[in-house]
Amino acid sequence: MGWKFNMSGKDNSGDHSGNDNNEEKIHKKELNGPKKTKSVESKSKFTDKTITLKIFRINQNNEKSNSHFDEYKVSSKRWTTVLDTLLDVKSYQDHSISLRYSCRMASCGSCGMKINGVPRLACYTKISDLISEDDPDPTITCEPLANFPYIKDLVTDFSQFFNHHRKIMPYIQNTKNDTIDSENLSEYVQSPEDLDKFLQFSYCIKCGLCYSSCPTVATDMNFPGPQALSQAYRYFIDTRDSANKTRFNIIDDRHGIWRCHFAGSCSHVCPKGVDPALGIQLLRSHLLGFNKNEKKIAKLREK
Amino acid sequence: MVVNDIGENRVNREGLKGWLNPTRYGWERVSYWFQRLTGIFLLVYFIGHVYETSSLTNGIDAWNAMLELTQTTGGHIFLILVIGASTFHSANGIRLIFVQSGKGLGKPGRPDYPYDPVSLNKTQRSGIWIALILSAVAMLYGANVLFE
Repeated sequence: MGWKFNMSGKDNSGDHSGNDNNEEKIHKKELNGPKKTKSVESKSKFTDKTITLKIFRINQNNEKSNSHFDEYKVSSKRWTTVLDTLLDVKSYQDHSISLRYSCRMASCGSCGMKINGVPRLACYTKISDLISEDDPDPTITCEPLANFPYIKDLVTDFSQFFNHHRKIMPYIQNTKNDTIDSENLSEYVQSPEDLDKFLQFSYCIKCGLCYSSCPTVATDMNFPGPQALSQAYRYFIDTRDSANKTRFNIIDDRHGIWRCHFAGSCSHVCPKGVDPALGIQLLRSHLLGFNKNEKKIAKLREK
Repeated sequence: MVVNDIGENRVNREGLKGWLNPTRYGWERVSYWFQRLTGIFLLVYFIGHVYETSSLTNGIDAWNAMLELTQTTGGHIFLILVIGASTFHSANGIRLIFVQSGKGLGKPGRPDYPYDPVSLNKTQRSGIWIALILSAVAMLYGANVLFE
């Protein structure tokens, strides 16, 4: 399980370019005993550094304000995250910086932003994973998520994103087994295999990183995007749901699922392992009839 | 459906820049980029090819004059690019047909840290590399024949 790494104090980084694997190896070595100290030592060699933080500034309510970058010098330790440095700057250097954050542990999906050009969660990305030890003047650039309208600085407007999410009806619909009017408490009967088919897609935290990285969304804002389409699959494959035709009619559109060309960027940046590209391809294979939908609607059992 | 009314000063779309830069998101994005570029290139070639072959209706001299264009060094390089583009587009296209049929993607499961996505697996990477290698081999063979 993913949480066991945090139990040992390991900070999850959002850099998926290979450092995560290295850190996992280091962690496993830590668990295995003294042999691995060499790798651990090499990682701990990251000394405190002063970095330059470039922050994108814009205020869409102020017509006189032009977008630009402001630079700040911040000190960083091995475990410092990008969110830590942003809050450091906001607390001690420039109170006017706007950013959105909440849980600081990659659960709420609020602090998504483009860090060094790639959509990442600021709380899940360590400075030490982004810069080289040999770099005399390390610089980290923070920009608002692409494909989301600006509001102020790093804060973007998610209303369009959530409209797409809402449009695919992300909730269980089952007219035959209506639980609303039932006088008795009841539950659907599902096997662990049924659960595994949709569980990973239900881990979506709606951070918008996939939407920001998608090349189709970049050119077509009416495209629902990887998040909404993977959620369509999540409910499509759920044995409690019987609204497949309704959802198919929504996504089978000129701007719908057919505009996905499997660039895979959504899965590449997803911080929770949802793998939206997988959900979209599986949904499309069902829509095309390549995969038979053998879904049997779960029975309702009274408690 | 109009999902949101956005003022021009708030638009933050990546537009064409979004897919013209393939370097940030791994090999699948590079493959996507190549597939699009080769597709556009082959469309342009196809239009030129129809124009070239239609010159036959103006007599054999017009046809020969048009063929002369492909016998130059520039013409040979252009034809080698056509060979490479069509080979990559076909081979990668076959991979994408399988992908969009839900084949070779892996199964959904319970994601575990570091959350390697199953859809971006070795099968897909191998498919991309096979398409690139086939394309390179076809271009080398074409160059060998044309510059013989």
